[in-house]
Amino acid sequence: MLSNFGITVSIISLLLTTSILYLSYYDLKSSGNNVSKKIYKFAFFQIVFTFLGFITLIVAYVISDFSLINVYENSHTTKPLFYKISGTWGNHEGSLLLWINILVLFSFLFLILNKNKNKNFKLYTLIFQNLLISAFLIFLLTNSNPFSLLYPIPTEGMGLNPILQDPALAIHPPLLYIGFVGSSIYFSIALAALISKVDSKSLALTIKPWVSVSWTFQTLGILVGSIWAYYELGWGGFWFWDPVENSSLMPWFLMTALLHSVLVLERRIGLYSWVIILSILTFTMSVVGTFLVRSGILNSVHTFANDPSRGLFILSFLALMVFSSIFIFFKYAPDDNKNYKIFSKESFILANNWFMIFFLAVVLIGTLYPVFLDTLTGQKISVGPPYYNFILAPFLLPLLFLMTLGPKHKWISSDMIGIFNIALFISVILFIIIFLSIKDSSILMLLILLFSTYLITQTIFDFYEKFKNKNINLSRIISHFGFGMLIFSISLNQIYSVEKSFNARIGDEKNFQNYTIKFNNLETFSKNNFKSVKGYFEIIDNKNTTSQNLTPEIRVYNQPEIITYEASINTRFFSDTYLTMSNISNSDIFNIKFQKKPFMNFIWFSVLLISIGGILQFLRFEKKI
Amino acid sequence: MKILSLTIVLFFSSVISYCDENKTYEILKNLRCLVCQGQTISDSNSDFALTIKEVVNEKVEEGFSKKEIYHFLSDKYGDWILFNTPLKKNSYILWFVPYVLFILGGALLYLVIRKRTEKTK
Amino acid sequence: MRKKYLVIIYSISIFVFFVLYLSLGKNKVYTTQDNIGKKIAEVQLNYFDIDGEFNTKEISNFKFTLLNFWASWCGPCRKEHKYLVELSKNSNLKIVGVNFKDEKKNALKFLNEMGNPFSILTKDPEGKKSVNFGIYGIPETILINNELKILKKYVGPINSKDVKEIEKIINK
Repeated sequence: MLSNFGITVSIISLLLTTSILYLSYYDLKSSGNNVSKKIYKFAFFQIVFTFLGFITLIVAYVISDFSLINVYENSHTTKPLFYKISGTWGNHEGSLLLWINILVLFSFLFLILNKNKNKNFKLYTLIFQNLLISAFLIFLLTNSNPFSLLYPIPTEGMGLNPILQDPALAIHPPLLYIGFVGSSIYFSIALAALISKVDSKSLALTIKPWVSVSWTFQTLGILVGSIWAYYELGWGGFWFWDPVENSSLMPWFLMTALLHSVLVLERRIGLYSWVIILSILTFTMSVVGTFLVRSGILNSVHTFANDPSRGLFILSFLALMVFSSIFIFFKYAPDDNKNYKIFSKESFILANNWFMIFFLAVVLIGTLYPVFLDTLTGQKISVGPPYYNFILAPFLLPLLFLMTLGPKHKWISSDMIGIFNIALFISVILFIIIFLSIKDSSILMLLILLFSTYLITQTIFDFYEKFKNKNINLSRIISHFGFGMLIFSISLNQIYSVEKSFNARIGDEKNFQNYTIKFNNLETFSKNNFKSVKGYFEIIDNKNTTSQNLTPEIRVYNQPEIITYEASINTRFFSDTYLTMSNISNSDIFNIKFQKKPFMNFIWFSVLLISIGGILQFLRFEKKI
Repeated sequence: MKILSLTIVLFFSSVISYCDENKTYEILKNLRCLVCQGQTISDSNSDFALTIKEVVNEKVEEGFSKKEIYHFLSDKYGDWILFNTPLKKNSYILWFVPYVLFILGGALLYLVIRKRTEKTK
Repeated sequence: MRKKYLVIIYSISIFVFFVLYLSLGKNKVYTTQDNIGKKIAEVQLNYFDIDGEFNTKEISNFKFTLLNFWASWCGPCRKEHKYLVELSKNSNLKIVGVNFKDEKKNALKFLNEMGNPFSILTKDPEGKKSVNFGIYGIPETILINNELKILKKYVGPINSKDVKEIEKIINK
């Protein structure tokens, strides 16, 4: 029943999408100054039917309708309601439906929120966006249908991988998709602007809010993903430079570049073509990421179930998209010809773009190089965190420095502003204090600490100054402050992390550095969907004689049958204590891994600050419009 | 005198063992667990990872250098096991292209800025 | 000028897409096939039920040797065992077993039930020695000639096709 309904609704959405394409195309030639009322009506029905399809799938999950293969493969009757719902987008087919919903949502919002724009510009945008929508709907219906039937109907589902049953991971995909699928709208806008020859200012004003919205969500999505990895995977890390993580970071770099260069475009009519290239690249990178994640050509921690036909479809779509946008760009791009002066703010913003594109290139090369090497020569190599750290870390220094100085420059031109000021003086003093309290560390790490301290203090000074003048660009200040804090806390986290793994039996006691770890007890119990072995540990900090109790678990889930290692984490303001245990086969010995993770709260909070900057910028734009 | 030499020995031995441990962790963090999906040996609880952990531990205790241990493992399991990609013929592009791109980007940026400054003059 | 850029960018994109297309068809399972052609490591393996050690150098005394890593707790090992028994009848081949992370009692029961194809049986109760042969999961089987060179490496259970391949090599 639900299967037929879902398929019907999706087909109707596809028909509506093609109708919008047809109507928009004909409306281009009509004489009126406004987009035809009909298109608004069709767009309204398009969003209603697309949402209906998504809700149908959610209902199928909630009532555990196993006549749908997708529900059977990813759900189970005993699963809590919350995870039944989030299970809807926890798999390839369901998440594709979410993709399409976001494409349609952005298409609809664009149509109704830009009442006063040039008609043809709007129509072209609508055409490009609906081309994307129809491609993905065809993909959904022909290759990855979440409503496919299963017969005979099983009485029970296969369940959702327990490590995916986590509140952070439930909201992670929607956030991330609003981020990078949302970038589709400025992809469409950019191409439409080229064809309909829209001027810089209105292009900038049109894409700005969408860029800041998608950037904010992308940032939050990445944050929530990291939080999930930290709490759920049980490895004590929050970023592994894994190909799938990289896929979410690559569009982020481009969005960040765009977020900055749009400011120039708006004020100074420069960079028209560059902003268009960035807009096209952002969505292209999002699709590249999707291809990498879902085609199975990469070896990653976070994999979807793979199927080469999917990869082929996304790849063909990607090729079509890339070739046609390059063609459109070369056919329509105007020549930029505007005035600049060195040391003006543009130069700094261009420098931001230089770094962002460089970071993107490094991550892209690191992710794709092993694939290319394997395909072309058959040699298999791995590229991991050491590569990214080695290449990227030194470039943080100039980046932090530019972030400190850049915003202090005026728009049109300004002379070199004195680098030696009170903020630098204070940060050097702060840095010396930090330096004296750190035992041993690399010079690079120390320099990164110094430069991030400088960025932090300088932004605080900026805030104070601007506050006096009642002219505050809070979004920039908060985001840059957050970024400085982020680099600062990650560096301290790297320097002060403690890790110790050892084997122990019940009753054992382990001493090292300032800690004593007592393995007090072991308990087994079973719950409705898993059996668990729980260890009771007491960790004594001999320095200040405090103790804390931690209880890591080994869980054996039955639906599906999977062993998970549940970390026990005690979060304090400055530092987390992280304990995991695993059994050693054929023995009563356990492998215990103890970690001290300082400044974790600061890391999460800094990223939150960065994204708050995005929200504020969005609000600022809205006020202006 | 005896006490002094004893404390010196103790001090150094503790330093050495501390360093040993860091060395082991560093090595384990740079190894890929072959039977897992993209996980490091250090992070993995799989049987294979536990064995490799013990082998690395032993090798470190026997005084093998980091390089020797990486070499030993990549000889047995291929370069696939090394997350810190060794600089070899097949990875020159990987290691050098980023720097080339950075310089090219900088040059391009410089040209654009200079061109535009000249125009205003 | 524009045309030149267009051609360059199109060519690069076509190359990238072509490589990505090829990569789709590739088998993603990693195996240690690179070891083929290398010499087998010199390792001392303890005999399974008698004192003393077997040195892998001794493999050079045999025309061909099949080094098989197995355990009673491993399901696929059960599946491949009949093929090992079949191969053990061939006089050109010696089968050396390495009992991997196993308990003696269970291993003996396994051999009583399924037959014993091993001319020489050794053990690696901690699995550490197997690292020298690039073993990362069992069963794994390595075919070695009398120059101690690795001719074939099978990761996972061998099947009838593999048996034919091995027989073809050793009967030459």
